[in-house]
Amino acid sequence: MSSTGSTYGGSGVGAGDTHQATVRDTDVLGVSPVPAEHLVAEYVEDLGVFDPIVGKAQAIITRYPQSRSALLPMLHLVQSVEGRVSQAGIQFCAAQLDLTAAEVSAVATFYTMYKRKTCGEHLVSVCTNTLCAVLGGDDIYKALGEHLGSDGKKLGHNETAGEPGEPGSITLEHAECLAACDLGPVIQVNYEFFDNQTPESAVALVDALRAGEKPAPTRGAPLRDFRTAELELAGFWPEDEADYRATVDGPSAAVETLRGAKLAEDRGWTAVPYPDDVPLPEVEKK
Amino acid sequence: MTEPTTAPGPNKPAPVTPVLTKRWLSPTSWSIKTYEQLEGYTALRKALGGTPEQLVELVKASGLRGRGGAGFPAGVKWSFMPPNEDKPHYLVINADEGEPGTCKDIPLMMADPHSLIEGCVIASYAMRSHHCFIYVRGEALHCIRRLNAAVREAKAAGYLGTNILGSGFDLEITVHAGAGAYICGEETALLDSLEGRRGQPRLKPPFPAAAGLYAAPTTVNNVETIASVPFIVNGGSDWFRTMGTEKSPGPKIYSISGHVTNPGQFEAPLGTTLRELLELAGGMKDGIPLKFWTPGGSSTPMFTAEHLDVPLDFEGAAGAGSMLGTTAVMVFNDTVSVPWAVMKWTQFYEHESCGKCTPCREGTYWLTGILERMVAGQGTPADIETLLDICDNILGRSFCALGDGAVSPITSGIKYFRDEFLALCDQNAKTSAPALAGAHS
Repeated sequence: MSSTGSTYGGSGVGAGDTHQATVRDTDVLGVSPVPAEHLVAEYVEDLGVFDPIVGKAQAIITRYPQSRSALLPMLHLVQSVEGRVSQAGIQFCAAQLDLTAAEVSAVATFYTMYKRKTCGEHLVSVCTNTLCAVLGGDDIYKALGEHLGSDGKKLGHNETAGEPGEPGSITLEHAECLAACDLGPVIQVNYEFFDNQTPESAVALVDALRAGEKPAPTRGAPLRDFRTAELELAGFWPEDEADYRATVDGPSAAVETLRGAKLAEDRGWTAVPYPDDVPLPEVEKK
Repeated sequence: MTEPTTAPGPNKPAPVTPVLTKRWLSPTSWSIKTYEQLEGYTALRKALGGTPEQLVELVKASGLRGRGGAGFPAGVKWSFMPPNEDKPHYLVINADEGEPGTCKDIPLMMADPHSLIEGCVIASYAMRSHHCFIYVRGEALHCIRRLNAAVREAKAAGYLGTNILGSGFDLEITVHAGAGAYICGEETALLDSLEGRRGQPRLKPPFPAAAGLYAAPTTVNNVETIASVPFIVNGGSDWFRTMGTEKSPGPKIYSISGHVTNPGQFEAPLGTTLRELLELAGGMKDGIPLKFWTPGGSSTPMFTAEHLDVPLDFEGAAGAGSMLGTTAVMVFNDTVSVPWAVMKWTQFYEHESCGKCTPCREGTYWLTGILERMVAGQGTPADIETLLDICDNILGRSFCALGDGAVSPITSGIKYFRDEFLALCDQNAKTSAPALAGAHS
């Protein structure tokens, strides 16, 4: 009689009616505080905003043997349109990849770089992991929070000063280790590096951003905005060759990066030179 | 086995041995023009003249060990790839650098992306792969840009694409941006992420060589590992072994950060000690004494001033109770509170725990809560035992190495600096009843 049968492994212990079978069904709709039409109807967003990027979305898919691999870059792509991953963005990716919105949503909410609230023109990320923090990263984050706050309220993590997306608006976040520890404390603006910062230099940096300036990063391409960075993360680069080279050739040779190589050059230290004509090892043919 | 060729004396290598870093000083070192002028793509020609088996044998003989932290012999890993091509083979480069303190792959990819690309082509040829993915941490945008440019240049020059240099070998390289998740540095989580899923680790076995990307044979290697390959092809395994130790041969990029006069990247033979590295980095900043340091990122148990002469190779670091990790040497002076530093690292692991397994997800949450309470001056003497007990329930019981790494700072911090943790408890003994751990959130 029981629909549950025996347990896994063949034991009869515990077989019988489940608890669920012994109680009446709850009228979920009846007790829900949300109107029924919102619970049962699948809400389809207007995806028109993404019409211009359909071609790009399809281009991402062609890079991979299986289409689902395109999801992470495609989420970067939708962020380049809206400055965040919205419900519409999720539905757009799902439609392009033949996934459910739930599958896309599960991925979008897992990763830190996908923002649920619209980002400012610039995203300012302050490393507050241990090493940067001890060198001043915590002070920088605090100073920026206070400086960018308003009405006596500090600007918090993932909050935006100014109208999101408008010129001069800035989203602030504290970030985990940004892999530039020899250059700490570091800040990234739209993922371009500003190395060896202080609270004062950081405040001056955000003031310049708010004034519409584009200060040059220590390492990275000439500064653009958050949405352009997201477009690049999706794998789309400036089409104009000169612009493209300018981004690629943006500086990277920090003193710290080159320290060991420079020291070796100054002292005449080198690795042992290669021997002449080293053949590949012989192996038996299989 | 190859006989060790390293001997002290006249053959002792220089304190800094630029190999991977030797082009970094050149103007536009990232361009193919500079790369080709400095021996670039000569190793590829040589490799394509040989067989895949010869290349696997060469890398085995060189003793090259994985530079991403675990130190697994690269040639042995390559040899796990099946000899047939029933399914496509994939080479995936782990460029998701994010271990706290680690900053070697990002400068490498910025300064010399072609060395990685050339290494990818050689390694793909050796493993019969025709599609290689470079999974780069999303925050490393300038690296992604340089790698894309390098792929473009290499393709135009015939080093990538179809029938490379007339050899009949085809290879595509796709540069893939991550999206901000430390866990994706774990190789199976990286593969899930590359498949467009949440980056959560997979059960092993099957190992990636049997069922990796798209359930096909896959090898995942670190950036520095693969960038070393062209040099090994050109110089040979004996040359590679003129640096480093018998079991840990070769040069290694040591990243020195924190309270030193001249922090930066120093490529030195494996087995170099912190005493020697500090000398290269100009000593402790402002003369303030060393208190604690990590040999290879926050997941490697910390060392103290007692460990200045530990040889920093895989065996030396392990023999002294830590791990070599990524040779991310973070140096902290006397002014830094160990419990505070440990709390900051633990907050990191709590944030980055993927949530898949209970010991790590719940454990890092409670560890953070207790440490925050202690650092706020509200610890109890029982807290230290509670911390160690939780660590015991995470270490070896988590799904992947993230959990193991998360306990390293705590257990090593308490081992060497228990008094500092106790001092936080003493402060509390004078005040009122303790708040419950976790009550902060």
